[in-house]
Amino acid sequence: MRTYAGHSTAKESNELYRRNIEKGQTGLSIAFDLPTQTGYDPDDELARGEVGKVGVSIAHKGDMHTLLDGIPLQEMNTSMTINATAAWLLALYMTVGEENGIDTSVLQGTTQNDIIKEFLSRGTYAFPPGPSMRLIADMIAYTVDEVPKWNPINICSYHLQEAGATPVQEIAYALSTARAVLDQVRERVTEETFPRVFGRISFFVNAGIRFIEEHAKLRAMSQLWRELGRERYGVDDQRYLRFRYGVQVNSLGLTEQQPENNVIRIVLEALAVTLGRNVRARAIQLPAWNEALGLPRPWDQQWSLRIQQILALETDLLEYPDIFEGSKVMDGLAAELMEGARAEMAVVEEHGGAVKAVDYMKTQLVESHRERVARIERGEQKVVGQNVYTTAEPSPLQAGEDGGILTVDPEVERAQVEAVERWRAERDEAAVRAALAELRAAAENESLNVMPATLAAARAGATTGEWAGVLREVFGEYRAPTGVEGAAAIPDDEALHELREKVDRLSEALGRRVKILVGKPGLDGHSNGAEQIAVRARDAGMDVVYEGIRLTPSRIAATAVQEGVHVVGLSILSGSHRELIPEVLRELREAGADVPVVVGGIIPPADAERLMQAGVARVYTPKDFELTRIMGDIVDLVAEHHSAAATA
Amino acid sequence: MSAARAAAGDPAELGRRLRECDRGAAPAALNVIEDRSARGRERTRKLLAEVSPAALGGEAGAHLVGVTGPPGAGKSSLLSALVGRWRELGRTVAVLAVDPTSRRSGGSLLGDRARIEHDPRDDGVLIRSTAAGTRMGGLAPPTREAVQALAPAFDLVVVETVGVGQSETDVEEVTDTVAVVVQPASGDTLQFLKAGIMEVPDVLVVTKADLGEPALRARRDLESALRALGSRDTPVVSVSSVPPPSGIDDLVEALDAHRAAIDLPATRLRARRLTALADFLAERGEAGLRALGGRREAERFLDSLHPALDAAALVGALEERASEEGGG
Ligand code: B12
Ligand SMILES: Nc1nc2c(ncn2[C@@H]2O[C@H](COP(=O)(O)OP(=O)(O)OP(=O)(O)O)[C@@H](O)[C@H]2O)c(=O)[nH]1
Ligand SMILES: [Mg+2]
Repeated sequence: MRTYAGHSTAKESNELYRRNIEKGQTGLSIAFDLPTQTGYDPDDELARGEVGKVGVSIAHKGDMHTLLDGIPLQEMNTSMTINATAAWLLALYMTVGEENGIDTSVLQGTTQNDIIKEFLSRGTYAFPPGPSMRLIADMIAYTVDEVPKWNPINICSYHLQEAGATPVQEIAYALSTARAVLDQVRERVTEETFPRVFGRISFFVNAGIRFIEEHAKLRAMSQLWRELGRERYGVDDQRYLRFRYGVQVNSLGLTEQQPENNVIRIVLEALAVTLGRNVRARAIQLPAWNEALGLPRPWDQQWSLRIQQILALETDLLEYPDIFEGSKVMDGLAAELMEGARAEMAVVEEHGGAVKAVDYMKTQLVESHRERVARIERGEQKVVGQNVYTTAEPSPLQAGEDGGILTVDPEVERAQVEAVERWRAERDEAAVRAALAELRAAAENESLNVMPATLAAARAGATTGEWAGVLREVFGEYRAPTGVEGAAAIPDDEALHELREKVDRLSEALGRRVKILVGKPGLDGHSNGAEQIAVRARDAGMDVVYEGIRLTPSRIAATAVQEGVHVVGLSILSGSHRELIPEVLRELREAGADVPVVVGGIIPPADAERLMQAGVARVYTPKDFELTRIMGDIVDLVAEHHSAAATA
Repeated sequence: MSAARAAAGDPAELGRRLRECDRGAAPAALNVIEDRSARGRERTRKLLAEVSPAALGGEAGAHLVGVTGPPGAGKSSLLSALVGRWRELGRTVAVLAVDPTSRRSGGSLLGDRARIEHDPRDDGVLIRSTAAGTRMGGLAPPTREAVQALAPAFDLVVVETVGVGQSETDVEEVTDTVAVVVQPASGDTLQFLKAGIMEVPDVLVVTKADLGEPALRARRDLESALRALGSRDTPVVSVSSVPPPSGIDDLVEALDAHRAAIDLPATRLRARRLTALADFLAERGEAGLRALGGRREAERFLDSLHPALDAAALVGALEERASEEGGG
């Protein structure tokens, strides 16, 4: 169950946790906001508009104390959706335990900590691949003895499917990632500890709407995992060889149109991970019916929770041994997927393993997603309510005043900015400086483990941005590949052909080719939409500038001017559009760029209206799935703007 | 700035501003130069006239650097590190990044820019991406003209292009110094060098030094190939562009040394003449060249013109000549 909804301050989240604990819950699930996930303090330029948006903002141990106030950590199993800054957040968690008098070796929980999928899909990375992998290895090596019940890493295939991965790619890239992590950790722990390390690795997978094949995927993955353990790492203890996984079911396929249908999709996807006992998920998270509209409200989450409860308690699902054992069809499907995955893993190895193959894998994902998007656009892949059976009665679910979604109070950011400034003013500055110097020394020396210095910095009162800042200085910064350049051109059809002629005519009139900038302001990592827009713009015959995710408004404006683009397209899905879009508009104006701006992403209708008033020319949302049509629209817009400017 | 706004700007004024080192005029000037319409050509002529050697009273002071090499060799990543270093040294930099164009659609994904880290608030760095266009290889004419327009306003003007086929030669024509970038274990460049298919570059750069042994081997192989060709003096620099970068200072030094050693006026003059010819050829095609009596004849004609004329004026002269010849 996702618990990020609305509880954007540490205090509010704490109140929610306590209510849940009173109801008997023993698990905490912590979702952090994007600045915390990427290692920026709330008052950093890059944090603008994102503080407290998709999770809680934790800038130092004081915030962590507030978050966990009155909660018996020794009894909790805590799951943290945290990656690049996982070492830091674990250190803060441990520090709070310590300061509350708890023996930290009893702490239990999981940090997500899979950085490869951040480069490939999720986008909350902070350091280059090499040093990031070292941080993970350090953490695993540290926790295996010091916090033995902690799952230091959860290898995620979930996010790969959400970025367009086919089942084969999902299996292959996740297992290749596991292999890269294990290879690195093997050098940092003793031979007898290693099987235990192997046994601590768990997975976070996806389950899509083709639920029979998805079930086969889990059987394939589980078998390949055993194989990897036995053959590559010589692990033979059955306990350690079990494929342990949690699931969140597919959200990419959930639609904005007729959103009530999503509930049916979610139920079917849940079956994929529960039907066969041998590979049943240990934990399941289900998205809500309004996934493509915005953040779910408590009622929406409750509805999803009920799906699980009905499956578990009303149906006979849990009463039988594995119902697919001996099924030729299921075994055949699994064998096919295994064969495909082995071949794809071999390709990753040829590239030098998962870390070096990030460029390759990213390109493959963009390519698979391009195919998926094109199939839906052409009607080859049917999506009820989107490209078939599209006429519908108005939905009463969206009739309420809130439009059926949850909104976050913008005041949270201001308060958190002031709070961190106060924190810095009141702490023992010399102690913090000393701890950060120690951290730097540990980071510079490959043979040291950064965890002890990280813990020392946490205790001293350093902030998230300071911890990450020191490591950025030592490790360098990094911009993940965009994957768009390698995407194949889509096959011609009539609409595209016409569009190209239109682009050619306009280019002729402009004197040079129509040029578009696709920009991703803020910390939002949702790149799918921007990538597909960029690739289609190229296929429409435009010159396309796309610099990837996580850009400041000032960088977008500078790029627009330097590149002399004719139109700027911005993509935001994380909910920070209200703050960031007007800022990009302002920066563009100040830079003297007189270009039309279009926006796409998760933009509720009321916000869309506000953005148009602020000067945005068009707003597109997930329901606008016909990319060629969007492109035609943009070309018209440029043409209008051009002729208006010419006659003015 | 949009094309529309730039079109409203006066091209001669833009040229004057560039001459006076007003780098803010660069994007709008590039919009004019990229405009291939008849009106755009006319405006480009006016703009370039303001930055001609005659107007400048000599050659522009910038160091014009070509960075070329096979796809994925690490050119843009290297530029990211180089630009950072040059800025630390207080030098201003313009990068003209040329990306390939899709033959099917005519569109391009201009990806180099994303790899060149820079501070967007720093007006000492300009990065402009251009599409190679559908002509195979070769630099698009706007890039040649852009180099000349930006040369008075920046300390360095760098052209990044994929080094396949014609573009390598083209970059060599328009810049003072060409650095060919190769990655370890890519034998092609070595073979091309040995076979004399590729001219010996001014500086050879082996990237990805962080990979260790393969990078060292590549460097040794290139050095021995150069020795065999009798080019002992060509520097081979080994760099790593991923943090922490290495070899960047050596490369800066090698580039500076080459620049100090060349005959600048002759190099620039040749660049202007060849640019004019390329531009003429792009507009008028082979038929135009025939009207001039063939390439050799055209070059001889260009050599007879005044050395201070800018490329656009030279194109004008070629056109006049072609219509005379055609008519006569
Ligand atoms: C896929 C997905 C992910 C993937 C992203 C993979 C990737 N590389 O893109 C993963 C799994 C990594 C992910 C992570 C998270 N996600 Co998410 N994700 C989604 C999901 C399901 C689909 C988005 C998508 O890719 N659609 C497919 C593309 C093609 O469509 P699109 O982007 O909408 O683009 C179309 C139009 O919008 C438009 N368009 C978009 N951009 C542009 C730009 C231009 C120029 C133009 C012309 C048009 C245009 O045209 C496109 C064509 O149809 C949405 C919900 C949904 N169903 O929409 C949630 C959603 C966006 N995610 C959400 C959240 C909260 C998160 C997390 C914070 C969760 C967490 N706590 O970990 C993280 C944050 C990650 C980060 N760094 O920002 C929320 C955002 C809530 C909000 N706005 O208030 C959503 C809405 C889900 C929800 N209801 O809670 N997510
Ligand atoms: N290990 C390592 N990788 C590098 C280095 N320089 C570049 N790379 C990687 O090599 C790949 C290509 O780098 P680019 O800088 O885009 O190469 P390019 O020559 O500009 O590529 P094109 O413009 O597409 O021809 C990327 O994945 C880079 O991360 C380096 O010094 N070391
Ligand atoms: Mg490049």
